[in-house]
Amino acid sequence: MTDISYPLYLDLAAGLFLLTAVGVLWRHQLSAMIRLFALQGAALAAIVAILGIHQHSLELVLVALGLGVLRAGVLPYLARRALGDSPAEARETRPVVNVAASLLAAAALSLLAYAATRPLVALAPSPATGILPAAVAVVLIGFFTLVARRRALSQVVGFLLLDNGITATAFLAAAGVPLIVELGVSFDLLLVVLVLQVLTTRLRTAFGSSDLDELRELHD
Amino acid sequence: MTILLLLAPVGLPLAAALVYAAAGWRPHTTAWMGVVTTALLSADAIGLAVTVTRHGPVDTAGGLIRADALSAWMLLGVAAVALLACWASPAYLAAEHPHARRARWYGILLHLFIAAMAVAVLAGNLGILWVAVEATTIVTAFLVGHHRSRTALEAAWKYVVICSAAIAIAFLGLVLLYYAAQHAGLTGNDALDWATLAGHAHQLDPAVTRIAVGLAVLGFGAKAGLVPLHAWLPDAHSQAPAPVSALMSGVLLPVALYAVLRVKAVADPALGAGYLRTLLLILALTTLALAAVQLIGQRDFKRMLAYSSMEHMGLIALAAAVGTRPAIAALLLHMAGHGLAKTVAFLSAGHILYRHNSSRITDVRALATRTPLLAGLFGLAIVALLGFPPAALFASELGIARAGVGAGLAWATAAAFAFVATAFAAITAHSGRMLLGPPPMTEPGAAPPAAFTPATAMPLIAGLLGVAVLGITLGPVAGLLQAAASTVGAP
Repeated sequence: MTDISYPLYLDLAAGLFLLTAVGVLWRHQLSAMIRLFALQGAALAAIVAILGIHQHSLELVLVALGLGVLRAGVLPYLARRALGDSPAEARETRPVVNVAASLLAAAALSLLAYAATRPLVALAPSPATGILPAAVAVVLIGFFTLVARRRALSQVVGFLLLDNGITATAFLAAAGVPLIVELGVSFDLLLVVLVLQVLTTRLRTAFGSSDLDELRELHD
Repeated sequence: MTILLLLAPVGLPLAAALVYAAAGWRPHTTAWMGVVTTALLSADAIGLAVTVTRHGPVDTAGGLIRADALSAWMLLGVAAVALLACWASPAYLAAEHPHARRARWYGILLHLFIAAMAVAVLAGNLGILWVAVEATTIVTAFLVGHHRSRTALEAAWKYVVICSAAIAIAFLGLVLLYYAAQHAGLTGNDALDWATLAGHAHQLDPAVTRIAVGLAVLGFGAKAGLVPLHAWLPDAHSQAPAPVSALMSGVLLPVALYAVLRVKAVADPALGAGYLRTLLLILALTTLALAAVQLIGQRDFKRMLAYSSMEHMGLIALAAAVGTRPAIAALLLHMAGHGLAKTVAFLSAGHILYRHNSSRITDVRALATRTPLLAGLFGLAIVALLGFPPAALFASELGIARAGVGAGLAWATAAAFAFVATAFAAITAHSGRMLLGPPPMTEPGAAPPAAFTPATAMPLIAGLLGVAVLGITLGPVAGLLQAAASTVGAP
């Protein structure tokens, strides 16, 4: 990869990374949301791999491979398993915020991300830190998905988007946190998704569906 | 020797978890295993406290595991509450008759939970601290959902989703702190090592550090029950089994605040004391206000205890905002006193819940005449939580108020204690209704539950004695408390 094309590839991968997050807000079908999330995992791995090749760091390329397996393979697989086999459940029917408003919110959040990351970019301007706003925008969109969707599984996807955004921030800003921390974080993330998968199964047996609207028993 | 003292707090609970995984939960044998390991953990914590007081901070594994006076103080708290919770667990599970499989998981997860908290307070690296705090969410998720009822599953779901998202925000904060540290010339593990970071704090880029610290405090604050991401707390604490509620309220919330204190030790030299003081004051006062309002209309006694935890965490956040040495000393004493008193309160509430099969305040009447011993312990725990002498909370609340006024935050302190007074009145009224009054005319028709024996009461009595002793004299731990306060407190 030449030094001229490096920012181009990085921008392409970051564009795909942000676009898939917006796509999650746009789709109703839960299986489509999971496909978009897997695509985003691949985009994240691509970002890290491009950084690794540019910095001639074998370690980063290997980390990118690991990230790709986890975020584009294992986590989407677990999420799809949590979906179960009942097609009636597989749609987000009554989101708290409808799709048009969600897309507007995504645009507003992206602007906010640009404003909030100005000091981050200013500290060390480079092609990598230049796309930090996209990573932070994905964090904000993930958080928004978490609050604006009712299905248990959409919330899980929202949480995973949030986490993808944070991982991208870590690699873009600082070429990743120390390896021991990164390992711990990935392991924790895998366990959280496993726990949530078991809980969705139990919720489905207890409530008959995993629509969180049914979760209204605990209140003051 | 020091290495052993530093590694045993993690090794002992892991060993106990392995025993439960291999042998299951047997009422007369392995059920008491946890008491043995947590008693050893307490001995280890005392040994570590002595070492740290005499020789200063110690570390191992290249600085990944480190203990200073503050870590030793936190570990003492974790060990004491873990001992009480494990001591009370056999009676709790015996009353509940769970499946063998569920009891086994209870044993495994409870000890993994204790191990994760030990790692959190002994981590020398903010990244490891973060991983340990997140691990507590994972292992306690199934403990919260232990009863498998609809309400327990709902609480577990909210708990995992809200806490994981909040703690992810804290991680974003740590990532940005690492970014700032790299540009201040630190590399690798050093860039997240709290001691190194605090030493190089003045070189960190202020604009990036401001964002980083804000995110980290909001994230860890959510895990400590501070607004705005507090909604999981009353649900999780009221649905978990009593010994787990005791651990979650008594030590997990303080461990999350310990993370805030470590971040504060980096933030204050980098940004000046004003930034975090403002942020923490806002969080403290809104948490206190919310807890006071929710306590007034409360109808469930376990939720009442949960909101009382939020109230105490609000006070602790206020003390952290004040940030002077006397304030931090009062804060640490408050953590210890609240941990012990809240443990007794949750454990006795668990027995009350089991006897009445309901956690509604209106379903519990005249406890004092029907089960005097249980009523006395619950009442004394509430009295201690309300801050009456000789409980340690009296001394610590007085200390927080004096430090607040002394640091020029008289208005904020006055507002905070107005909310505390509101909570005081609400808790007194609710508990009075449960303890006193005429016995109900129609006794429940079901077979009367097993008597509340003095043997069952032993851990509760021990906890209350601990609160009272801490309130009367600090004795040998006074030096440790002062040393711990001076590690993060401004002079």
